[in-house]
Formats: sequence, C-alpha cells, structure tokens
Amino acid sequence: MNRVAVVVFPGSNCEYDALEALRSVGATAELVWHTNDDLSDFGGVVLPGGFAHGDYLRPGALARFSPVMGAVTRLAEGGGAVLGICNGFQILTEAGLLPGALQKNRGLTFLCQPTTVVVTSRASVLTSKAALGQELVVPINHFSGSYVCDDATYGALVAGDRIVLRYRDNPNGSRDDIAGVANERGNVVGLMPHPERASSLLLGSQDGRVLLESFAAAASSNHLAA
Amino acid sequence: MIYRVVVEVTLREGISDPEGATIERALPALGFTAVSAVTAGRLFRMSVEADDDEGALATGRRLAERLLANPVIEDAKVRLEQRVG
Repeated sequence: MNRVAVVVFPGSNCEYDALEALRSVGATAELVWHTNDDLSDFGGVVLPGGFAHGDYLRPGALARFSPVMGAVTRLAEGGGAVLGICNGFQILTEAGLLPGALQKNRGLTFLCQPTTVVVTSRASVLTSKAALGQELVVPINHFSGSYVCDDATYGALVAGDRIVLRYRDNPNGSRDDIAGVANERGNVVGLMPHPERASSLLLGSQDGRVLLESFAAAASSNHLAA
Repeated sequence: MIYRVVVEVTLREGISDPEGATIERALPALGFTAVSAVTAGRLFRMSVEADDDEGALATGRRLAERLLANPVIEDAKVRLEQRVG
C-alpha cells in the first residue's frame, strides 16, 4: 500500500506537478478523478493546488462534497497519509479534516513568489524527515492563504505541536505566521506553499523534496495504521 | 407555497475583512469622507418550497450552515423576502 493518489477535481491545475514531484522522490503515484469514492488501495492521498470546482462560493466549499472526500476521510481515519497543498489545504479545512480556515490575503493581494518557511514541528507526515528549524525556500501562489482560527483552536495547535511550517516573513497575514498545520495524529497535513514546485534545481529550488520524501515514506509505511 | 429566501453571509466579528478595509480606503478619494466601518459579505437569494414561513426559514438556515457559510469565519442571517406563490 505504498501508492499515493493525486486527486483531480474539475479545476485542479497542479496535479501533474504533484505527480511528477512525488515520482521523483520514489513514490508510486497516480491520478484519481474526484468521483472515485474508494481509496482503499492507497497509502496516501494528495489534494493538489488549483481551483477545484472553480473555487465558487469559497475555495474548497464545493470540493468537500465531491465523492472522493468520503474516501479521503476514511483514509485519514485509518492512519493513511493525507496532504493538501494550497487549494488542497483549503479543501481539507472546509471538510473539517483540519481546523481553521484560509481567509483572503492581507491587502487583498494575489501572491506568487518564493517564500522561506521554517520547519517548526517534525510531528507530521510532511516534516518527519526535515530538521527542526530548517529553512526551506518554497513558492506560494494564492489569493486566500491567510490562516485564521479561534483562540481555542490556536491553543490546541500550539499545545499539540501541530504548526508544522511557519513563514519567516509573513506574506499574507496568517495567524502566528502559520504556513502549514497538521491534525492531532499528524497524518493529515495542509500547507499553502507548493513543495512540488520546489522539487528540482531546474525549478529554482529543491527544498520541497524533503517534505515530499517524508510524505512518500509515510504513505508507504502507513505507520499510524491500527 | 414558494418563498423567496435571502441568506446574508458576513465575516464573524474579529475576523479580518481585507475586502471591507480596501473598499473603505478607496472612499475618501471618491469624496465619501463621512463613511467608516465598511464590511463586505455575500447575499444569496433562492426560491424555497415550504408549508409555512418557519419551514422556509429552516431550509435556508440548514443550507447556510451546511454550505453557504463557513462557520469558522462567517455568520449567516436568513430572512424571507416575499412569498412568491
């Protein structure tokens, strides 16, 4: 069960980047259409970036009702590795698999630029192979990436060591510079930056590889499975 | 009966509203110097078949909770605009 599914929603546009990047770190990855409601053959799933269902209403608001999301939830409950990148992160929060929400960027600016993120927790399927405090240059490309949550949620994130990545220079107004968070078990992670776009020197950075390597390893071991 | 139901979705208090703030910043240049505290939201109108007012409102509320608003950051107000038939 070392296969990784990369879900394609109508409007996804980073699925091939994610697929190639995952393969480049040794994962067996394949595309899965969003109407697929069975991921039991997979150890991990990636919800890639883009504009699922046109981002109508709110980013992720309609995608959470795609048939595949039931399978994503079951995979998460079974300890499988679940990763949401950018739009995928927005979908995971709308689906309630991750807490908080992604609000429009501070200043209403669409941001497309390299950013430096700091690994602030290794207790997740995305960061287990990275070093605490490690700085990674990974691009962001979003309009709604400002992470918001209430105080109780924030307290739980801090107490549970679940803020896995923070921006060094906060570009979008996210609470406490949050760039990525994990669920309680650490097997569901969402982040706004695009590690797949930093997976080769040809792309200007390969700092995202350590994140994808962590994820691929977790997907193949499904280490949390009961 | 068919009711016209209106759902207003606004950001919860304390959630930053960059859209409202940006609109507000543009106002002085247009000569609106007496306007402040601008907030932005969304409005949905729909026709709902129901037995009575309360039934139509209840459908609107359920729809707002499940889809139209994200309760983490938004509040929804539901009202009837008119009875269509």
